[in-house]
Amino acid sequence: MIKIMYPKGKLVTKTGNEIMAEAMRQIEPDVVAAYPITPATEIMQIFSQFVSDGTVKTEYVAVESEHSAMSATIAASAAGARAMTGTSSQGLCLMWEMLYIASGLRLPVVMAEVNRALSAPINIHSDHSDTMGARDSGWIQIYSENSQEAYDNMIQAIRIAELAKLPTLVTTDGFIISHCMEVVEVYPDDDVKEFIGDYKPDRYLLDIKRPYTLGSITLQDYYFEHRYQLAKAMIDAKCIILDVAKSFKKKFGRKYDFYETYMLDDAEIAIIIMGSTSGTVKVVVDELREKGIKAGLLKIRIYRPFPVDQIAKDLAHLKVIAVMDRADSCSGSFAPLYLDIISSFYVSEILNVKIVNYIYGLGGREISTAHIFDIYKTLDKIALGLEKPFKQVEYVNLRKTNE
Amino acid sequence: MSKKKTKYYNTKSGASELAVGGIVESGTAIDFVTGGWRSERPIWEKEKCIHCLVCWISCPDSSIKIEQNKIKKTVVIGINYNHCKGCGICKSECPKGAITMVNERK
Repeated sequence: MIKIMYPKGKLVTKTGNEIMAEAMRQIEPDVVAAYPITPATEIMQIFSQFVSDGTVKTEYVAVESEHSAMSATIAASAAGARAMTGTSSQGLCLMWEMLYIASGLRLPVVMAEVNRALSAPINIHSDHSDTMGARDSGWIQIYSENSQEAYDNMIQAIRIAELAKLPTLVTTDGFIISHCMEVVEVYPDDDVKEFIGDYKPDRYLLDIKRPYTLGSITLQDYYFEHRYQLAKAMIDAKCIILDVAKSFKKKFGRKYDFYETYMLDDAEIAIIIMGSTSGTVKVVVDELREKGIKAGLLKIRIYRPFPVDQIAKDLAHLKVIAVMDRADSCSGSFAPLYLDIISSFYVSEILNVKIVNYIYGLGGREISTAHIFDIYKTLDKIALGLEKPFKQVEYVNLRKTNE
Repeated sequence: MSKKKTKYYNTKSGASELAVGGIVESGTAIDFVTGGWRSERPIWEKEKCIHCLVCWISCPDSSIKIEQNKIKKTVVIGINYNHCKGCGICKSECPKGAITMVNERK
């Protein structure tokens, strides 16, 4: 249950899309360019209403595709504007080429992204395949468990992006968060504006007194150094993300980190997960704790940059971990989050924890407390030595053969 | 246009010295000599030129040289062969036939 954490805050009932549009209204960027796509359409629909009502001074560009939406947002950002967009699924895929331009040119574009499955077959429901496809594009990725987090993450994303000079996307799970009503604490407009501050870029193209070339060609002699700058910026962003979270806590009272741990300190078995299903897992953890089973949860909030040098240390005391991915790499190997977690354990030289990988909920497939119970039951059996940890991806609630 | 030396990084510059986002100070094209790409050379005839500046505004490589004369009128003074790629647009656009294209080999 969401409670008032900021004395001047107030509780409202809104869907995930409504609250993201509300955050954008309060941020009031200079330019927004977007193209509609289910389930993110509403964000821009509501925001464009703010523009036509004169509630915000934002320049809204209705474009002909997501490729153009990202291009226009990049151009606006390069010109010196605070620029935002929003999309989902196939829309993010169509932006793919331009995502790399935004990060390569180090433009702090911020995007509201609603997680949805990828075609084919066509499906409008939630999984993380779309943003996982963009995980190597040099964008900071922030995942949200609920509408409150989506709202808080959007506000923090502006400051993170501008300090890190990296584009940043904030996600919600399609329909599960984007279309469900939840109670959210919102903060007054002025306080949000004060928190994000004015955007003052070092260099911008409309600065006609200091002209420069943007998007120049660099070949064998410079390209590698420029790409290293981007990789380094992603590492440096870790401190920035924590600093912004710290000042957010100081201002509005809610605590944020790379990840949230739930009943993890004394846990023996745990699930690592991202997005809305974390809430489902928390319910199961509570019930298991009542039965005396030491279950815990680690919920990833910041997926890019990945806290590789830290996360395994917080998990070192566990016996068995299930990493639950809502995307499949179709790689003949494992799913994305699992691979990152394994890297963290290996570089931290923690090799005595058994870690298994589940893929769940593709295309919005049901993931209920019963499924989570079963997973914890399996983890418990592995912990007791009754079962061996499986060495390939397990699929949750999938029909492999006729039942 | 005066030739200016633009700020360059050299191949000893490390990632920490290079400008963020691969930006480069403006005007670097001045130091990038593209005249060698030319197969046909435009010849400007001063006597036929009426200084309408159509060639100057049409040139994609800013290779028409201009200056202000004594009575503060902008006039064409020649062609910058360091950057002219020989596309011939100036020849096509000139209303007075003051520019002709000749083979570079001649």
